Amino acid sequence: MTKLDSKIPAGPLADKWTNYKAHQNLVNPANKRKIDVIVVGTGLAGGAAAASLSELGFNVKVFCIQDSPRRAHSIAAQGGINAAKNYPNDGDSIYRLFYDTVKGGDYRAREANVYRLAEVSNNIIDQCVAQGVPFAREYGGLLDNRSFGGALVSRTFYARGQTGQQLLLGAYSALSKEINKGSVKMYTRREMMDVVKIDGIARGIIVRDLVTGKLERHGAHAVLLATGGYGNVFFLSTNAMTSNGSAAWKAYKRGAFFGDPSFVQIHPTCIPVHGDYQSKLTLMSESLRNDGRIWVPKKKEDAEAIQKGNLSPVKIPEEDRDYYLERRYPAFGNLVPRDVASRAAKERCDEGYGVGNTGLAVYLDFKDAINRLGKHVIEARYGNLFQMYEKIVDENPYETPMMIYPAIHYTMGGIWVDYELQSTVPGLFVGGEANFSDHGANRLGASALMQGLSDGYFVLPYTMQNYLADQIGVPHFSTDTPEFNETEKDVQDTIDKLFAVKGNKSVDTFHKKLGLIMWDFVGMARNKEGLEKAIIEIKMLRKEFWQNVSVPGEKIGMNVELEKALRVADFLELGELMARDALHRNESCGGHFRDEYKTEEGEALRDDKNFMFVSAWEYTGTDKEPILHKEPLVYENIEVKQRNYKTA
Amino acid sequence: MDLKLKIWRQTGPDAEGKFIHYPVHNISKDASFLEMMDILNEELVANGEEPVAFDHDCREGICGMCSLYINGHPHGPDDSITTCQLHMRKFKDGETIVIEPWRAKPFPIIKDLMVDRSAFDLIIQAGGYVSINTGGVPDANAIPIKKENADLAMDAAACIGCGACVAACKNASAMLFVSAKVSQFALLPQGKVEAKRRVEKMVAIMDDLGFGNCTNTYACEAECPKDISVANIARMNREFFVAKIS
Amino acid sequence: MSVMYSSITKKIWMSLMGLFLMTFLVVHLGINLLLLFDPTRELFNVVAHFMGTNPIIQIFQWVLFAGFAIHIVLGITLQIQNWIARPKGYKVKASSEDSFFSKYMIHTGVIIMVFLGIHFANFFFKAKIFHSIPEFILNGVNTGMEDMGILVMELFQLPEYVVGYIIALLILGFHLDHAFQSAFQSLGLNHKKYTPFIKGLGHIYSIVITLGYIIIPLFIYFTK
Repeated sequence: MTKLDSKIPAGPLADKWTNYKAHQNLVNPANKRKIDVIVVGTGLAGGAAAASLSELGFNVKVFCIQDSPRRAHSIAAQGGINAAKNYPNDGDSIYRLFYDTVKGGDYRAREANVYRLAEVSNNIIDQCVAQGVPFAREYGGLLDNRSFGGALVSRTFYARGQTGQQLLLGAYSALSKEINKGSVKMYTRREMMDVVKIDGIARGIIVRDLVTGKLERHGAHAVLLATGGYGNVFFLSTNAMTSNGSAAWKAYKRGAFFGDPSFVQIHPTCIPVHGDYQSKLTLMSESLRNDGRIWVPKKKEDAEAIQKGNLSPVKIPEEDRDYYLERRYPAFGNLVPRDVASRAAKERCDEGYGVGNTGLAVYLDFKDAINRLGKHVIEARYGNLFQMYEKIVDENPYETPMMIYPAIHYTMGGIWVDYELQSTVPGLFVGGEANFSDHGANRLGASALMQGLSDGYFVLPYTMQNYLADQIGVPHFSTDTPEFNETEKDVQDTIDKLFAVKGNKSVDTFHKKLGLIMWDFVGMARNKEGLEKAIIEIKMLRKEFWQNVSVPGEKIGMNVELEKALRVADFLELGELMARDALHRNESCGGHFRDEYKTEEGEALRDDKNFMFVSAWEYTGTDKEPILHKEPLVYENIEVKQRNYKTA
Repeated sequence: MDLKLKIWRQTGPDAEGKFIHYPVHNISKDASFLEMMDILNEELVANGEEPVAFDHDCREGICGMCSLYINGHPHGPDDSITTCQLHMRKFKDGETIVIEPWRAKPFPIIKDLMVDRSAFDLIIQAGGYVSINTGGVPDANAIPIKKENADLAMDAAACIGCGACVAACKNASAMLFVSAKVSQFALLPQGKVEAKRRVEKMVAIMDDLGFGNCTNTYACEAECPKDISVANIARMNREFFVAKIS
Repeated sequence: MSVMYSSITKKIWMSLMGLFLMTFLVVHLGINLLLLFDPTRELFNVVAHFMGTNPIIQIFQWVLFAGFAIHIVLGITLQIQNWIARPKGYKVKASSEDSFFSKYMIHTGVIIMVFLGIHFANFFFKAKIFHSIPEFILNGVNTGMEDMGILVMELFQLPEYVVGYIIALLILGFHLDHAFQSAFQSLGLNHKKYTPFIKGLGHIYSIVITLGYIIIPLFIYFTK
């Protein structure tokens, strides 16, 4: 059994990162040219890391699935990015950001990593401003901050409702600069198919050119995966259509452990599902909860009338409305963390109080805010979101309350990495949402952007260099080796196998079915019985997939159905691991909520005695039980408490 | 609702393309345009036909991947949105919808409705950045920036690089795209340092790539899903003029 | 020229020449209008003679020709490049231009160029090359000046010429309507406060110029 070594540097928490950097190995400038690095993914983590590594002098090959590195899904983040700048003078500090993040993650994140994240958060803001990212400013010309859920200070920097876009374009511009310089070679419309290992070390990847359909081999001294999360296992999520878990899954199957796969974040404010043809869910920024009040009817007959379309919500008098978040959580009210708000909405809808024609929606009402502040203020704050809502739902949210429902949004789980962000496969690094990351069991708003850029700009360029320091003697790789041959053949075999099925059900049919299983049993609330059922059903679905999937078209050339089939094949395995992970974790924490483990008031009940660890799963073979490794979490600098959002 | 689709089909970059008619039935008016395309593709797959290739990704109007020239408008008839946010309620039952790819020499067709927009990346690579490396930068609040300028820079930076401006322009000019990036940096002190070099290089590569010339028809602004203003084009003209005479 | 200069350089020259030609149109209109106020044609002929003989104006005339030439050559070059930039057009033509006449600048431009040729043949060549213009006799006295006025009056007796002239001028008006504000935009002069004013001024300018020129043949034709 491999022992997990998290490689946390010794010394006091606040000095760990400084000490690490002071003592790490470096590569001299002349030798950097001799070293090749592969980066897969051009989101915040991948784009920033690729640019920074190239600036240092390494040869970098970058791969992205879209037609341009500027389109990675980091672009869709709306709200903002946290940093402990304490510009508003409201008592923020690196420690407080660290503390809030660990607490928000329900004490399931690694202390040293989170502290480092909080520490470099300030550098990120400096870096982005220097790049020309147009953050919001005040009339005095200095940067503006806003507040976000789960924090008592205003530490969120933002660029209108498009912070993710602006930060990504910043990283993209840095990457473009390096491409122009010639030290980054960019490959677009490529999907990673597998990791190639030589003597147990990651030495390259196999990619598929999505336009020509050809498989390509690329070798390097180290490989960085920054391929995002796997939320699309649920079919409907706020992720982009091409967001997938395959790169991480292939790494897992090549020996990288998978950390906390069941930790999934469900975002409470999304536009509800409206039909079975729906392809994705649209997020409405969390900031809406600052002024909107969430409610459902108090009387079941009202809810039923609304569902049938016989009653308008504006006709329901105040005393017949149940502002359930304000009722249950008087201190935080509508601003409770995401996992809490999501579960509360599900609870009401499950009880039959949901609204909309499906009964799977709750109201987010701005009536009081409009009466208090005036329509123009609400328009200035949320105008673009209201407009987006109206375009999609065809209802005017200034007049009828908005309908929202939780949706899969982010995966805290991912490839297990040590302090250096290196997986259990030497030479294979993982950054951003793709790693099991710094968010524990629940991520706070505006922390994903922070983590992606922290990994990319300030962590990986150091830690990867530490690894590469002893690689200077290794010459550039030929991809004409038995290992590359074999891995490429594995990929080709899978493709051939998919075409050979010649079934009669479309890939999406399977994906939708998997999504329903995941949503019903591995979603917002889980229990032993359901999870066991899910594992059986997923296995059956996987079997059916390999017997009856239809992949039309040709092996060569562009084939979107084949792309989808390859991804869904992996999701069908990943989903099972998620269910397994959720099943073994007999406690509730953050986004992982087990019906059996809750307080009398229905809140998540952790079991710190038995479950204060990171689950790291080791692949043992197809249809074989994976092995669970545990990385104990030690909190030396923080008092572990029950999360409480009822009283301040 | 039932619709008659006329879709441009082309098997590859050098193939001859043509319009093919596809009827679709029972489309919900609440479906998005791309979901309607999904339904069509699912039917085509079920009949053993090649699905229509089109670009799309985030489906929330920000990644800039989706395109489609619908009934004479890039991103369709609705204002200020991308194709992925266009909904079928904007069309009439029984309507004929003509769907074409972006057409411009620097945007060659890859397949069907999918075009290669890497020309935009080349333009950014020529100078759409501030030439600084990671680390060693001043504190974020060391340079105060006028709020009005920061807001204008943000207006310009909102460009999603979808190419609708080129598609809409009768000259296939990329001026709105290029000027949005030039403007963003021209408005900020960080970008002023290399303003001259940036505008000259970006315009030069834009011309080399074969985009047309701007004749101020303002179709780009009218069709831009992010409402980027042609004031940015004027600003770029100014920047360019100053760069050339200095 | 097309290879040597960037698209923006060409646009800047295009607009500078355009603005220059617009000032010329004002001067030309001012002289033409003299025909309306002086039935003896003396004012008109005196000014025409001055314009035709003054050495500074003679030199400046070549600057004007250069302005026309640059504007025309650049306009055609830009248009050819624009056609090349979209080898295959759309089935459904776009209709989203904010400035309607902007779509037809090359068409209106070419018509104006043809008109300019005819105009040259009728007046300029006759005066400068063939010297076939009668001398101006005022009150029985030969002034020694050419009677440009009578040339105009005679041409504007012909209904087909009047109609042709009016159509050409209307087209010039369409051209100018877009050209005026477009020139400012090309020169980078766009400002949220002043641009609406410039657009308005452009409409007024093009209407005044067009009407101003059109009134003359109509007046002459109907008062003959």
